[in-house]
Amino acid sequence: MPRKFTPKVITGNALLEGDVVYLAADDSWTRELSQAELITDEADAQVRLIDAQARVGEVTGVYLADMAEGETGPEPTHFREDFRRTGPSNYFLGKQAS
Amino acid sequence: MSVIVTDEGFGQDDWNGTYASLEDGGAPGIDLPSDTDPAALAALPEGTSMVRIAFPSSADGRGFTLARLLRMRGYRGRLRAQGHLIADQYAMARRCGFDEVEIDDALAERQPEDQWLFRANWQAHDYQARVRG
Amino acid sequence: MYRYDDFDAAFVAERNRQFRAQVERRIDGSLTEEEFKPLRLMNGLYLQLHAYMLRVAIPYGTLRSAQMTQLAYIADKWDKGYGHFTTRQNIQYNWPKLRDIPDMLDALAEVEMHAIQTSGNTIRNVTADHFAGAAEDEVADPRPVAELIRQWSTDHPEFQFMPRKFKIAVTGSPNDRAVTAAHDIGIRIVERDGEIGYQVLVGGGLGRTPMIGKVISDFVSGDDLLPYLEAIVSVWNVLGRRDNKFKSRIKITVHEHGIDAIRDLVEERFAEVKPLFSGVDQEMLAAITAQFAAPEFRQAPTDAYDAAYESDPTFRAWADTNLFAHRADGYAIAQISLKAHGETPGDATSEQMRVMADLAERFGHDELRISHEQNVVLPHVHKSDLPEVHKILKAHRLATANIGLVSDIIACPGMDYCALATARSIPIAQQIATRFDELKIEHEIGDLKIKISGCINACGHHHVGHIGILGLDRAGVENYQVTLGGDHTETASLGERTGPGFSADEIVGAVETIVETYMSERESAEETFIQTYRRVGMAPFKAALYPEKAKADAEARANAA
Repeated sequence: MPRKFTPKVITGNALLEGDVVYLAADDSWTRELSQAELITDEADAQVRLIDAQARVGEVTGVYLADMAEGETGPEPTHFREDFRRTGPSNYFLGKQAS
Repeated sequence: MSVIVTDEGFGQDDWNGTYASLEDGGAPGIDLPSDTDPAALAALPEGTSMVRIAFPSSADGRGFTLARLLRMRGYRGRLRAQGHLIADQYAMARRCGFDEVEIDDALAERQPEDQWLFRANWQAHDYQARVRG
Repeated sequence: MYRYDDFDAAFVAERNRQFRAQVERRIDGSLTEEEFKPLRLMNGLYLQLHAYMLRVAIPYGTLRSAQMTQLAYIADKWDKGYGHFTTRQNIQYNWPKLRDIPDMLDALAEVEMHAIQTSGNTIRNVTADHFAGAAEDEVADPRPVAELIRQWSTDHPEFQFMPRKFKIAVTGSPNDRAVTAAHDIGIRIVERDGEIGYQVLVGGGLGRTPMIGKVISDFVSGDDLLPYLEAIVSVWNVLGRRDNKFKSRIKITVHEHGIDAIRDLVEERFAEVKPLFSGVDQEMLAAITAQFAAPEFRQAPTDAYDAAYESDPTFRAWADTNLFAHRADGYAIAQISLKAHGETPGDATSEQMRVMADLAERFGHDELRISHEQNVVLPHVHKSDLPEVHKILKAHRLATANIGLVSDIIACPGMDYCALATARSIPIAQQIATRFDELKIEHEIGDLKIKISGCINACGHHHVGHIGILGLDRAGVENYQVTLGGDHTETASLGERTGPGFSADEIVGAVETIVETYMSERESAEETFIQTYRRVGMAPFKAALYPEKAKADAEARANAA
């Protein structure tokens, strides 16, 4: 039996700034995970990913990241994504500081 | 169609000979894949006047060593790098003994002549020339 | 110290001009991301978890004060006011923007520095003993030949798109402080019948498949060295595997073909390559060596040092741990710990960088070193100046007296920054250091090297730590594997796994258990951790770490009997 599809967001890093961005439902890139579109359909996710990866002048390293539905938008299910939306744990820098 | 890049920029292919593999021989030109065993270069037929080394990907740098070996072992004919080389690798190719680079039209369009001519100064700023003397 | 000549300066300027154009060509679409990536990497630019990262080379770990001051300036102007010194004698900036990089590189060029080949499938920054030119036990200063290798390898046209990265380290001392056995090529300067030459090791490396380097030649003479190195790299460039990233390093090539077969191929290639070298490199080496002439050491009394040592216990503790014997009378090698308890190993603020630069200028013949242990070294300080140096260091949280002790931890950036990491390293290092500081026993424990990596790639050298810690992702949770008995010196060896890993909450306690076990097992305070481990083996540590398992085993044995 195929594995059940888990919800995802499309994420990558901004080409010029290098920081973490997420794809929003209106196809814009947002710096806030809470603004990202949570994609629940696998076919939809694949098509959206291909389109997002083609935007090479805006972003780089685009991929699908597992997320869960939270009260204020998508929530990471893995600690790596939690760090990406927060910043390093040794200094108050990165997203947590902005 | 393809474009031939030299220090003068883009040009047409003026080589009219045919190519054969190292095993087959029988042609004035020899095509070498990037995974050619250096020991096999000894089989290069006498009288070969063109060797074309393939670069299947710009990340595959084996052709640079193969070119160097051919030159070290006395090959004086034309030496051409063919395939996915980018303008930024032009100086490396020339320094390793290639005379020219053959690229396809799509790459030539994406990386136009001026980007290749930017590295036509490959003889300048060359640490190798300095340490070898 | 080496100063750029016109050639070096023009080269770096031209290279920066090229990279500036490459950045713009990536933005305008002339270069695809796939094409741009190796180009940015060979200029030191990574894309990490939160931002770009620029890795700047500090060749053979040597810096002048003006260079350190410029590193501070760059940290303030384009980054967030700090830098991270790495195990490969680089400094990393964690927050630059893409279009700022060319300006940062130009600023580096102003002080004769660059970021060339600090990444990519190229020959990387050449590293060397951080006590070079100062240590008592040296056959010859490794920096001149390291500089020659830097020039030979820089922009080498044949070696910019190799199967994988390639690292070279040089030691001029039989006491190997450059971890040469864990490099693709390790070079050890040796003397034979009055002639200086090089013992060459090949195929060492940590990472997924850790290997200790094997001797490919016992003695390569000076004029043969560059062609010999070129032969090794040239053989591997074609022979090394490109089908599998995990099997591409030369250690695997050597393992697959055998050192004897590789040696034969290298000898054969060497015979072809050697005639291309006219021997002018030996004249260059002589000129470079002259530039590394020792500074004029001062003859002066050391009364001030003796008095402070007698009267000031804080100074005495620092002197006992952080100083190393210098070859000149009245001098010491002073190590500045970047491991203040609870801080990030290897990090320095721009202010601290300026303080260290100023100290080097005033008291240290203008020289600084970066060690692979992520500390800074003032290689030449007259002992009479040490009390003043210590006072200034103390005022800037740079006088931690812990070199070589349990809190002098090597740690890679781990998942706090690194895109490859599988777990965090920094918080683990911070917690271990803080814990042992609370226990106030680190001086009693003595020489003990903890090394932490946040992934299998082993930037934190965990395999060669007396205690090695490897952070992994186990089903979405950080988990830490422990190895014991690694050794990074001339008696290099790889650590052995204790058993199942520990959670982030358990790992500090596990290290404490290991240290307690050592303390109770050691024959005297003089027997170091590694000595004890070699004498008693893994068993007592295992028993202490996994008491449930030990108990079950004992019961099983009792039942069987």
